[in-house]
Amino acid sequence: MDEKSRDETIRVRFPVEQGDFVRAGEASSKIKRLLLQLGFSADVIRRAAVATYEAEMNIVIHSWGGFLEAEINPFRIIITAQDKGPGIPDVDLAMEAGYSTAPEHIREMGFGAGMGLPNMRSCSNEFTIESEPGQGTTVKMAIWETEEQAK
Amino acid sequence: MTSYFHAVTLNKDKCVGCTNCIKHCPTEAIRVKEGKAKIIDERCIDCGECIRICPQHAKMAVTDALEEIRRFRYPVALPAPTLYGQFKSGTTVDMIIAGLLELGFARVWEVARGAEMVSRATRQFMQETDLPKPVISSACPAVVRLIRVRFPELINNLLPVDSPMEAAARLAKKELAEEGCLEDQVGVFFISPCAAKFTAVKNPIGRDKSFVDGVIAISDIYGPLYGMLEKLKGAPRLQRSTGSGIFWAVSGGEMSLIPQSRSLAVDGLVNVAHLLEDVVMGKLKEVDFIEALACAGGCVGGPLTVENPFLAKARLAALARQAGQSADQLPEFPAGISWQDFAWTEALQPQAVLKLDDDLAAAIRKMEILDELHKSLPGLDCGSCGAPTCRALAEDIVRGQGNEVDCVFKLREKVAELAARMVELSSKLPPSMNENKQK
Repeated sequence: MDEKSRDETIRVRFPVEQGDFVRAGEASSKIKRLLLQLGFSADVIRRAAVATYEAEMNIVIHSWGGFLEAEINPFRIIITAQDKGPGIPDVDLAMEAGYSTAPEHIREMGFGAGMGLPNMRSCSNEFTIESEPGQGTTVKMAIWETEEQAK
Repeated sequence: MTSYFHAVTLNKDKCVGCTNCIKHCPTEAIRVKEGKAKIIDERCIDCGECIRICPQHAKMAVTDALEEIRRFRYPVALPAPTLYGQFKSGTTVDMIIAGLLELGFARVWEVARGAEMVSRATRQFMQETDLPKPVISSACPAVVRLIRVRFPELINNLLPVDSPMEAAARLAKKELAEEGCLEDQVGVFFISPCAAKFTAVKNPIGRDKSFVDGVIAISDIYGPLYGMLEKLKGAPRLQRSTGSGIFWAVSGGEMSLIPQSRSLAVDGLVNVAHLLEDVVMGKLKEVDFIEALACAGGCVGGPLTVENPFLAKARLAALARQAGQSADQLPEFPAGISWQDFAWTEALQPQAVLKLDDDLAAAIRKMEILDELHKSLPGLDCGSCGAPTCRALAEDIVRGQGNEVDCVFKLREKVAELAARMVELSSKLPPSMNENKQK
């Protein structure tokens, strides 16, 4: 691929409201459709769809609102999920499979199984999470075509 | 792009160029150009929604005429169970089978029975193989194509098992061969509730060649069959299917026969698309099996049926009860056939027809232009340009298949600009005359 095509980048950003279960999933849906039209492989689309949806639901359920952003270039997709707080006191604990702070009414809706963050990590090629109690949380996930899945 | 056969086509003489079909097509596969609807072949999934919606009945399904059966010495009818629900209550399956024999078929092999075999095979596939969950039924060809076009990431979730139509065709041919009929003298005709099945015969799913030789629309055979039912009262016992197979014609029928799986049934293409969207995002972890049917209500709602689908469903429920309906009593496979014999032999490939360009960088560039164009359009989604939405027009433009002034509002803007310029120009005079005027 020549250097020139490295400039090709699309950036889309969607605000995500706290507690808005009616619209929850819309941003992920739009990003997924975009990737399909751009011609990414089924595997990349699948992983990006799961990762964005989990991130979007985390903002809806646990945060005071934020946004979901996708930065897409021919080589990779970078998904950023950022919220305005309240932040995660113990990030390592939050990353453990099955650990959940979701209240009862959320669990009754079928969410809050404690698999969100581990799932997001397993879908991404690179995963970082930064959180400051009182400040908010930023999750960055990079996804690209990997050799064995390419085909 | 290789050409793809489609059963859904347009009767140009009847089309008046209205925009009803473009607004209802679930894959945005229709445009109105030069006053006539035009189907974009690669995008059409043959769901038949446009056949239902067209006020002029200009959309039709290509199927075989009944006369085609004369090409064979032993024509075999494969009636979809949906056919049984088309006739008034009191009409038995035996009468319908006898009627088909009267019409010239040498044998009737019920697809309901094929469905029972497929259910039996499905159970074993769910148990013995490690399919990605949730497994999605592949019985509806419109849904299979929807997945190939719009949900390529779910291709591996499709149940790699023959449809009841293919299973019935194959078992019918096996039976006749065992009775000594020569292979090329046997012609198997599916009596179909939908156009998508005809497409699935021409472009087989999971097989390099279909076992079916022809497809006849239920709506075409209904008249001839109806006329002869009266005299077939008291027809001998010909039915071999049970209620389980018969109820495959209704949404939920297939699912009910795999009781050990956590299942759900979804029908109507818009509902199916929404559900699949949720599957992709990993929201359906509590479901192992999905029965997905393009038509509302299931195959009884097929575009080539005659009877009201709700009435047909009630009749089928009654027929199924009479015949005995139990998930525990599926018939055994015929001798020499095992569940593995129903497995697909060809892997299904995605059909990336929605992507803007083969080159990712070029696609991204086009997407940027598309977004800009979309923002500049009025956003009414009126359809006057011939595309279903403003976004679809923007997409057509970047694909080189449309023009900005196809939009009547854009055109009006341009005309207004031109008019303003003309007024401005008309007030201008050459310098030689300007002087005089000032006086």
